[in-house]
Amino acid sequence: MVRVVLSNPMLAVTGTAKELDVVAANFRQLTLALIEQWPPLAELIDSSAVAIDGQIYQDAFAEPLQEQSEVFFMPRIEGG
Amino acid sequence: MAEAVDYKQIGTTPVRPDGFDKVTGRAQFGADVNLPNMIHGKVLRSPHAHARINSVDVSAALAMPGVYAAISAVDFPGGRMEGESDVSVDDVAQNVMARSKVLYHGHAVAAVAASTQRLAEQALQAIKVDYEVLEPVLDLVAAMDPAATLVNENNYTALAERPEQPSNIADVERLERGNLEEGFLAADVVVEREYKCPMAHQGYIEPHACVASIDERGRGTVWCSTQGHFQHRASTASMLGKNMADLKFVATEIGGGFGGKTVVYLEPLATLLSEKSGRPVKMAMSREEVFRATGPSSATVARVKVGLRKDGTITAAQSWIAFEAGAFAGSPHKPGAMCIYAPYDIENFLVETFDVLVNKPKVAAYRAPGAPQAMHAFECALDEAAQLLDMDPLDLRLVNAAEEGTRAPYGPKFPPIGFKACLQAAKAHPNYSKPVPAGAGRGVAVGFWFNAGMQSSAEVNINENGSVMIIEGSPDIGGSRASMCLMAAETLGVDYDDVRAQVGDTESTGFCNVTGGSRTTFATGMAVTQACEAVIADCKRRAAMTWGVDEDQVEWEDGQAIPGPGVNADVKPLTLAELARKAGRTGGPITARASLNAQGAGASFSVNFADLRVDRETGKVDVLSFTAIQDAGKAIHPAYVEGQIQGGAVQGIGWALNEEYIFDDNGVLENAGFLDYRIPVASDLPMIDTEIVEVANPSHPFGVRGVGETPIVAPLAVCANAVSRSLDMRITELPMSPPRLLDAIEG
Repeated sequence: MVRVVLSNPMLAVTGTAKELDVVAANFRQLTLALIEQWPPLAELIDSSAVAIDGQIYQDAFAEPLQEQSEVFFMPRIEGG
Repeated sequence: MAEAVDYKQIGTTPVRPDGFDKVTGRAQFGADVNLPNMIHGKVLRSPHAHARINSVDVSAALAMPGVYAAISAVDFPGGRMEGESDVSVDDVAQNVMARSKVLYHGHAVAAVAASTQRLAEQALQAIKVDYEVLEPVLDLVAAMDPAATLVNENNYTALAERPEQPSNIADVERLERGNLEEGFLAADVVVEREYKCPMAHQGYIEPHACVASIDERGRGTVWCSTQGHFQHRASTASMLGKNMADLKFVATEIGGGFGGKTVVYLEPLATLLSEKSGRPVKMAMSREEVFRATGPSSATVARVKVGLRKDGTITAAQSWIAFEAGAFAGSPHKPGAMCIYAPYDIENFLVETFDVLVNKPKVAAYRAPGAPQAMHAFECALDEAAQLLDMDPLDLRLVNAAEEGTRAPYGPKFPPIGFKACLQAAKAHPNYSKPVPAGAGRGVAVGFWFNAGMQSSAEVNINENGSVMIIEGSPDIGGSRASMCLMAAETLGVDYDDVRAQVGDTESTGFCNVTGGSRTTFATGMAVTQACEAVIADCKRRAAMTWGVDEDQVEWEDGQAIPGPGVNADVKPLTLAELARKAGRTGGPITARASLNAQGAGASFSVNFADLRVDRETGKVDVLSFTAIQDAGKAIHPAYVEGQIQGGAVQGIGWALNEEYIFDDNGVLENAGFLDYRIPVASDLPMIDTEIVEVANPSHPFGVRGVGETPIVAPLAVCANAVSRSLDMRITELPMSPPRLLDAIEG
């Protein structure tokens, strides 16, 4: 099971605990599973960055996930 | 991993390739572009900070001889944003040209193009605008009151459930962990204060400038001073309802940006004026326009509470920070929330941040956007705690320092980071061992920035003589062309002097995100490295063909193909130059390209300390010494890294000591020029001593971490802590200008 930590705007959509366990072999599968359950998450996922096992991705798509992976949704990071 | 690698090119400090042109005046900046039949554009700006526009009549201006075009809001089709930014097009477009309301003093309401600048300025005076003046919203905290006058009647706080009433709060962020109540109960010492940072400008030397030349089909070229010509093209095309393929954007040399040149101001206006007039149009802002109408950083009010045990361990931290967004949503409050505690391993914390509309210019990115203000507050509170605990401020930070495996406040665990290495370097630095000069105070603070990767493209062409030409799409602000050449030379095994780099226009190279977020050396450097690796693979194939051996029997070393195991010992190596000369026989020109979305940008930490002394009679502050230590991962060109660290330190010192926007009660900026808005000059400063720490970023082929953002973060708190210790009283509001310090001294 992949441990997923939702951002606060996502929590407002799901109404669940901040942390969820999801079965997914890659990030694509994970997001599809989340969107299937909570369709409004699609827009929030699209506009978020994500950290997978500590590595921050601005545009993750099909990155592989391990059984004990941690996935954090977070605001996108820009800069000056 | 790139640690302990003996590089031949990387880590050297060759003369910058653009240096000669810049010191001789040959370099072409935005306003240096001139075309036949070119005319000049000027912008009519609002005299009010908040007003409804009843009508705009440009007919009298258009009737003047020598005036070729005049535009206002009705000439813009609007449209959806197609670029990379998540700022909505409506806001960006309305910032370029006001629609139904003007939202800050200096907001554009019309523009003209005429044969001379003087005539264009006269034509502006002929434009008639009917305003209904409204009460301006100027105070950050008062703007958050539900009863406050609204900057935008359609602004609803971005919550999952839309609030019933609009407000000036556009967005909120909240990060938390653990149990605050228990954390504060466990504390032996608690510090709680309110801190303020002013709105400050990036202070780039070159004002915004562009030239647009659009033909009768609506197609053409725009030359502009920009941090991202692809982004500028997308914004302009979207705003004008054009196909971006109809516009070519050329990035000229740039005289500073620091985040302020990541958004469009003049380019859509010049494009529209050129299309309407049928002539090339040049537009260049005055310094006053730069101050009044382009994006500064956010002013902030921060309320911080931190609890610590006697041994210095932080038991709990709580922060509330309001960020001024200016007239449109989009302050960097989220990165501020994510940065404030990032250097530390804290069990119990809460940070709430707010994006607040006021009738002031829309803020733009400024080096590590959001981090300097947020970390100023927390780093000052920690310094006060260190005094209360009678602890060395570096030791206090070492007790709490994040390291590899620490869970960052924004969620993930840190990969290898260099924060502790920076703290230890600071403790060991000879400047830290020196006694604090009489009457002075020593300030210590730390900085952090995530750094970014994002999309980059690069092409590497091998010339017929074996020299190397790089074409990439990241405007060179801080010396990136030299860094690209060094990485290419290192990868290919050739001399730096045989490599050139050019920033291609939007038709000459693949898409690149803006030069910002400290991403260019990291991400575009990865693209250059990958393209060079593809060149090597191609050269090995050609050498194998020449020698009649398998490709895997060819190796590449020191810029030449050499025979590997199993190849006849009589075979002589083939240099890149020899392979290039015979390229026609082995498949044609040697060229390769790479495009990527770079991941794995390594976070960068810094530790700064400085000695400052206050003249108690005048309130003037002297910076006696300043030492900046930062983890660069691997410094590709150490002199440029040092320059980034020094430049960021100086900008932070300016923000701390003197820089601020001063508005009157009507929202009119009173110090829109460098005489009254005082940035530091060389005579104000000591040499900024630097030390580069290198803890390699394992995600980059050479270990690079971005370096441009982090240096501005710590100096605000460094200066505040030094002045506070010097005066033996806590100074919590920036800038610490002479009048403010005199008020504090006199009680």
